[in-house]
Amino acid sequence: MNKPILPGRELGAAPQQSLIYRSEIALPLDCGRELVPFDIAYQTYGTLNAERTNAVLVCHALTGDQHVASLHPVTGKPGWWETVVGPGKPVDTDRYFVICANVLGGCMGSTGPASVNPGTGKPYGLDFPVITIADMVRAQARLLDHLEIPDLFCVIGGSMGGMQVLQWCASFGRKVFSAVPIATTPRHSSQNIAFHEVGRQAVMADPDWRGGSYLEEGTTPAKGLAVARMAAHITYLSDEALHRKFGRNLQDRDKVTFGFDADFQVESYLRHQGISFVDRFDANSYLYITRAMDYFDLAADCGGVLAGAFKGTKTRFCVVSFTSDWLYSTRESRAIVQALNAVAANVSFVEIESDKGHDAFLLHEPELFGAIRGFLNAAAQRRGLMQGARGGSQ
Amino acid sequence: MTAHQNPLLTFKERAKAELAKTPRIDLLVIAGLVEPGARVLDVGCGKGELLKLLEEQKHVDGRGIELKQSRVNLCVAGGLSVIQGDADGDLATYPDQAFDYAILSRTLQATRRPKEVLKELLRIARHVIVSFPNFGFWRIRLQILFRGRMPVTWNLPEAWYETPNIHFCTIRDFYALCDEIGARVERSFALSPYGHPLGMKVPPPLHNLIAQQAVFLLTREPGKRG
Repeated sequence: MNKPILPGRELGAAPQQSLIYRSEIALPLDCGRELVPFDIAYQTYGTLNAERTNAVLVCHALTGDQHVASLHPVTGKPGWWETVVGPGKPVDTDRYFVICANVLGGCMGSTGPASVNPGTGKPYGLDFPVITIADMVRAQARLLDHLEIPDLFCVIGGSMGGMQVLQWCASFGRKVFSAVPIATTPRHSSQNIAFHEVGRQAVMADPDWRGGSYLEEGTTPAKGLAVARMAAHITYLSDEALHRKFGRNLQDRDKVTFGFDADFQVESYLRHQGISFVDRFDANSYLYITRAMDYFDLAADCGGVLAGAFKGTKTRFCVVSFTSDWLYSTRESRAIVQALNAVAANVSFVEIESDKGHDAFLLHEPELFGAIRGFLNAAAQRRGLMQGARGGSQ
Repeated sequence: MTAHQNPLLTFKERAKAELAKTPRIDLLVIAGLVEPGARVLDVGCGKGELLKLLEEQKHVDGRGIELKQSRVNLCVAGGLSVIQGDADGDLATYPDQAFDYAILSRTLQATRRPKEVLKELLRIARHVIVSFPNFGFWRIRLQILFRGRMPVTWNLPEAWYETPNIHFCTIRDFYALCDEIGARVERSFALSPYGHPLGMKVPPPLHNLIAQQAVFLLTREPGKRG
């Protein structure tokens, strides 16, 4: 029987309804519990070829979602990686079939703490099991089984997306032809965990959090979540980037007010970041996903030796870091590269000069685009993928 | 007017222009030594000229290490598997015999510890191909003898204070090093200033005087660990 060729949706102006995969088969979790049923909300772009060999999985970061290259249904903003994913873009949807799924524990349609617990008929809240990056990847693998995609041409993602990329290679290495972990780390450092703890404490200190049961009680821990976002946002930028953007400039005033209003532009900017985040993100999801990142330590399962996670890998890797990223610095990426060298893997490593900090992977960085395009072109050639409708335009 | 004749250009600029015109024949000599389909590590791969050549002609599984980040990024954008690193520090991470060939093309003389680098290469690859400028070349000898200054040639256009080349050797020096670390010389080529192999017309004892560059194919002596 011929398998159907999955058509992707057109990139259009209107926000797209997400597709939902519902599994009635229990998903075993690292914490020992199971999740059943569970939903994974996802988007696809481009067309799966007849051989089913051109699928690219894009993994999103902590506060990202499946709307990688189409309008966001809540904010109405363009997809979070439209610079990279689209027709003629480095991840060329004329050539590849792109899938992006909301992570398990997320709040954009995949099952998470805001979903209804079938056992109680109420939102899970803190009854939701603590999940890990490996659990997220396990759920994504289920989605691919459902789509009848035997293996992936590429798994690509930045930050927490990069963690998923690495986890894919460790858990399902034989299903990954090429991998692009960007601005990421093989394990969360003490400092990384510390910043996340500040964010979680901010959420939990908000009286409207109600011990995690705010959905039932009809409140929203908006202030706590906004503070969490403000603190985290600083770690995504750099001293230079902040100074270039705001300096010590004052917000709509000529002199300081000797009060605690947002005198400085940077304060006003951060407050805006915090408030707008609350509209699109669930506070408990934030707790669960940051926890999953904190628990991430790829070497831990291999006796502390990171190379063990990649033993015997046939995957082609392109590791990318940014010079001013102090959250997941070049040193972390280099550790990944060294582990890959130790198993004689096929690896490229690009460090990109940028003063934009960790967020550089989401911004206009032509060198990043060039590296992704060149790496994918070479990998596609090895995989025998035909040029896209636009002739794989450069 | 060619770059060579333009009096406004410095010697270094003229030398660079001249080199750019000349195809890197030493690269073709190296490529000729590599078996098709081999696993190859090019240490100091620059902008990836040799790797490209090897992938096109020999369909090798090629990797590169390059010190300069901008060149690495260029290589990766061109579809090559290249990482930023240096021969002195990063070879230790590779497992034994991970490659069929490790290539050090005009890089040995720029490493801090050439002997250790060669030993590492013999550990991680079955064959090692090394090319280097021959400091025994007669023009170089004459420059030191008559001018009493550090030699500057088209192939080595930098002055002593700005050159990355810190460990020059002659062909005879290199043979001695191979002996010392237990490397067997499988083949060797002496190249003319334009990169052509000198061939049989020039008797081997004269190679150290007449060759501007040399290319060696080495393997580890069985039983020796260097």
